[in-house]
Amino acid sequence: MIRTLFMLLAGLAMATGATQAQTVDSAGSELTFVTRQMGVPVEGRFARWSAQIALDPRKPEAGQVVLRIQMDSVAFAAPEVTAEAQRAVWLDTARFPQAVFQSKGIRAAGGGRYELAGSLTLKGRSHDMVVPVTLTQSGAKGIATGNFTVRRSDYRIGEGEWTDASLVAHEVQVRFRIALSGLPTS
Amino acid sequence: MTPSASTPAAPRYDGVAIAAHWLLALAIVLNLSLGFYMHDLELSPLRLRLFNWHKWAGITILALSALRLAWRLTHAPPADLPMPAWQRIAARAVHRAFYVLFFAVPLAGWGYSTAAGFPVVWFGVLPLPDWVPVDRAWAEALKATHRVAASTLALLVLLHVAAALKHHVIDRDGLLRRMRPFQR
Repeated sequence: MIRTLFMLLAGLAMATGATQAQTVDSAGSELTFVTRQMGVPVEGRFARWSAQIALDPRKPEAGQVVLRIQMDSVAFAAPEVTAEAQRAVWLDTARFPQAVFQSKGIRAAGGGRYELAGSLTLKGRSHDMVVPVTLTQSGAKGIATGNFTVRRSDYRIGEGEWTDASLVAHEVQVRFRIALSGLPTS
Repeated sequence: MTPSASTPAAPRYDGVAIAAHWLLALAIVLNLSLGFYMHDLELSPLRLRLFNWHKWAGITILALSALRLAWRLTHAPPADLPMPAWQRIAARAVHRAFYVLFFAVPLAGWGYSTAAGFPVVWFGVLPLPDWVPVDRAWAEALKATHRVAASTLALLVLLHVAAALKHHVIDRDGLLRRMRPFQR
């Protein structure tokens, strides 16, 4: 019910908003992250996620970005780590199947750079954050890249004996590369 | 009077070779034991710690083995004691195999770790270069290589110790004096 209402509102916002939404080309896009285990960088990725992006570089403040990540699509090179990451003490993908980043304000920082203020909801908790994005545009196509840090302790990812930051660092570096088409051309 | 005491002038390995032998013997036996103990542990903070300590120790053994090989190639060991030809051939074969495995075991372990998506960071500080791709097939092949090479090394250690004790207890030929530490 709340979900329906939300979608209705989102649809309404899209319909009334002046900014045209872009299409994400999944082939050229990726969402990866690096955890640090006893000083060792261990890379993971999310295979399934979707982004609704409506950004007009001419008036970025009117833009909107929503990123939805399917948490059970998490994958590491080592299958035992993939299985571990889904457990309740880590991402608890059974109870929290989706993570959502919802933008609240977009600010142009010049030279194709933007700052997305928004909130990240992950494992049932929400925190505000600012995500820096660099957009390289060529015609109607563009590549949005950026990286930001998520503190796993803010979201209770890695509970109990795993809270120890000397084993697994609290800072997780998230990197994204999103290929877009349908950008407004001036 | 024991035979060894009657031959005080019998040639010995030099001090560096003796120190390297015992230091690396201890490190290798401990790291082999750790490897056999930890390899099928459930994922836990203990497993994570032990695996990293094992890798740090393994890389240390690899580096020291390179120095030891350089020393061995430039410093001739004492001449063989009188013994049947087959024993001399067997001893030399085991020593050659030791040196091959001092490198093969840690290198396969390092490659396995890298291929499984865990680059090796020595003591959690110094990132070592990746020389294999992050790839499931590479990881499986190098894991098997690491296991077989380490098991072979463990068997050769047992054989080496048994042979040394045989010289000491049965032949009483003073062979152990050549490698005994803290002795002039």
